[in-house]
Amino acid sequence: MWMDFGFEFVNFYLVPGLVLGCIYALGAVGITLTFGILRFANFAHGELMMTGTYLAWTFGAVVLATTGVVLHPLITAIPAMAGAVVLALLIDRYFYKPFRDAPTIMVVIASFGMMLIVRSAVQVIWGPNQIAFVRGIDKPNAAVREFTQSIDMMLLIPNKHFWIIGGTIVIVLLLHYLLEHTRIGKAMRAVSDSPDLARVTGINVEVVVRATWIVGGMSAVMAGVFLAMDTQTLETTMGFRMLLPMFAAAILGGIGRPFGAVFGGLVIGLAEELVAYPWIGTEPLISPGYKTGVAFAIMVVMLIVRPSGIFKGRTF
Amino acid sequence: MESLLGYMLYVMSLLTAGGIYALLALGLNAQWGFAGLFNVGIAGFVAIGAYTYALLTTAVSPLHLGGFELPLIAGMIAAMITSGLVAAIIGVICIRLRSDYLAIATIGIAEIIKLVLKNETEITNGPRGINKIPRVWEHFSEERFYSSWPLSWISDVPGWEAFFAALPRWWWQPFFALTILLCVYVVYLLLERARKSPWGRMMTAIRENEHAARAAGKDVTGRRIEAFILGAVIMGFAGALLSMHLRLIDPTNTFDPAKMTFLVWVMLIVGGSGNNKGAILGGFLIWTLWSASELLINGTINLITTYIETADVGILRTRAGFLRMLLIGLVLQVILQRNPQGILPESRPAATGNTSHKAGVKGD
Repeated sequence: MWMDFGFEFVNFYLVPGLVLGCIYALGAVGITLTFGILRFANFAHGELMMTGTYLAWTFGAVVLATTGVVLHPLITAIPAMAGAVVLALLIDRYFYKPFRDAPTIMVVIASFGMMLIVRSAVQVIWGPNQIAFVRGIDKPNAAVREFTQSIDMMLLIPNKHFWIIGGTIVIVLLLHYLLEHTRIGKAMRAVSDSPDLARVTGINVEVVVRATWIVGGMSAVMAGVFLAMDTQTLETTMGFRMLLPMFAAAILGGIGRPFGAVFGGLVIGLAEELVAYPWIGTEPLISPGYKTGVAFAIMVVMLIVRPSGIFKGRTF
Repeated sequence: MESLLGYMLYVMSLLTAGGIYALLALGLNAQWGFAGLFNVGIAGFVAIGAYTYALLTTAVSPLHLGGFELPLIAGMIAAMITSGLVAAIIGVICIRLRSDYLAIATIGIAEIIKLVLKNETEITNGPRGINKIPRVWEHFSEERFYSSWPLSWISDVPGWEAFFAALPRWWWQPFFALTILLCVYVVYLLLERARKSPWGRMMTAIRENEHAARAAGKDVTGRRIEAFILGAVIMGFAGALLSMHLRLIDPTNTFDPAKMTFLVWVMLIVGGSGNNKGAILGGFLIWTLWSASELLINGTINLITTYIETADVGILRTRAGFLRMLLIGLVLQVILQRNPQGILPESRPAATGNTSHKAGVKGD
C-alpha cells in the first residue's frame, strides 16, 4: 500500500506542496496586512521579497569572500530583513505616502510602477541572470529516512524542507503573539477593522503603517529566502511569479486576516502540487505547466462565490 | 541620399510602432479614462489579438494550428472579437468588485494567456512562436497573394514578379505607416464620438460618483463591462497590427508585461488620462523617447569602446535596457505625484463653453 501509493504521493507531492504552501503563506501575510491596513493591493510586494533575497545572498557572499565562513541562509536573512524593511519604509515614504488621502487607485498605480522600478534596479545591480543561492544537492535527512524505513513508511525529506516548515511555524507563532498580545499588534488589527474608529481612540495610524511595513517586509524576506533555499536559485522574476499565488492566498483567506492568509497559502501551495498528481489514470491530472493557473482559478472562483474569503475578511 | 533614406525609414518605423502604441493607449483610455477600470493585463489582450490574427492569416504550417490563410481583414476582425470575448468574461466576474480586484484579475489573466500560449504547442508552436505573419501592403509581394484574387485579376504571376522586383525593398513601409496612422485616426474619431455621446457622459458620471449614477437609474455594472470590452477590442486590434509589424511573435519576449502593459500605462498617464488626444500624444511621445534612448545608450556604449578599447562593455550592454525601464518608471511616479492630469488634461463634454474643468481623480 505504502510503496504503491503513499511513497510517491507523500514524498513527491504532499511534502513539496506543504513547503510551497509555507512560502506562499509567509508572502501572503504581508499582502493581506498592507491590503487590510493601508487598503490597497501592493503589487511591489513580490519585488520586495525578491530584493530581500538578493540582499541575503549578497551578505552571505561577502562574508564568504572576506572570512571564508559559509553562513546558513537563515542567518543571512537577518541583515537582509533589515535592508528590506528600510527599502519598504523608503518606498512608503516617497512613493505611497503622497497618495494617502487620494483615491486608493492612485497608490495602486504607484505600487504597480514600483514593481517595475525595483525589479529594474535589481536587474541593473545584480544582472538579469540566475544566481546559485545554495550550492550542492541537499540529500534527504538520513535519520528520518532510516526511522521511517524501519516502520515501512520511508520519507525522503531534505533538511531544507525541515527548515522551511519549521521556520514557518515559528514565524506564524511569533506573528500570532504580536497581533494578539502586544499593543502595536492590537492597534494594527484595530486600524484594519476601522481606521476612523482607531484614529478616534487615539491610535497613531502612521506608527501602525510603519509597523505594517516592518512585519510585511520581514515576512516577505523570509518567504523569499525559503523559496531560494527550496529552488536553490535566485532569479529577478521570482517575485513576480509569486505575486499571483500570494494574492490568491490573501483573497482565499480573507483580506486583512493574516491567519487566513497562512491558511490560504497552504491551500494554494498544496493545490498547485497536488493537481499534477495522476489522480485519474497515469497522466498528471493537470499538466505541471499550468501550476500558476491553479492559483488563479481558485482566486477567480473565490471572487465569484465569496469575495470576502473563507475567514470573512474585508470586501471593498 | 542613402542616409536621408535611412532617417526616413527610421521615422516610418517610429510612426508605425508609435501608432500601434497610441492605439493601445486609446484602448486603455476607454477603460481607465472613461470608466476608471484598472486593467494591468494589456499584454494579455494584445497577445490574444496577435495570436488570433497570426493563426488565421498565415500560410498552412506544420508547426502550429492552421494557418488558415484567411483574408487579412477577417483576421483583424476575429482578433477584435476574441479579445472582446475574453474581456466580457473577466468583466462579468470582476467588475462589480473594487478596482484592486480587477487589477489582480487582469494581471492574472495575462499570465494565464501566456501559459496557454506557451504550453499548447500543438496550436501555437509554444515558446518558439509563429513567424511569417502577413503584413498589410507587404503581403502583396508574397506569391500566395499575388497569384490569387484580386491581384491575379489585374496581372499574371510573372507580371507581378517583375513589378515587385522593380520596386525598392522598402516600398511598403510608407503605406504601412500611413495605414496605421489612419487606423489611429478612425479609432480616435469613434472614441471621441463615444465620449461626447450620452453613453460617454454617463460613463463619466459613473466614474465620478457611482452611487449617484446608480440612484439616477443607470446600469453601472453593464456600462462598465461595455467600456471594458470596448477597450479590449481596440487592444486586440492593436495586437493584430503589432503581429503584422513584428512578423514573428512568441509568448514570452513579445508580450513582456513590462514593455507592453507598463509602457502603455506610462503613455496614458503622461499624455493625459480621459483625453483621447492625450492618449495618442502620450503613445507617440513615450515611444519616441523609449526608442531614441535605446539609440542614445547604444551610441554612448560605442563611444566608450572607441576611446577605451580595453573596456568590457558587455555588462553595460545587457543592463542598459533595465536602466531605461527604471528611468521610465520614475517618470511615471513623478507625473503621478506632480501632474496626475497629464500633458493634456481631460475636458468635459458636458461642461458649458469650452472651459476644461479639472476632472478630479478617478477610481474607487
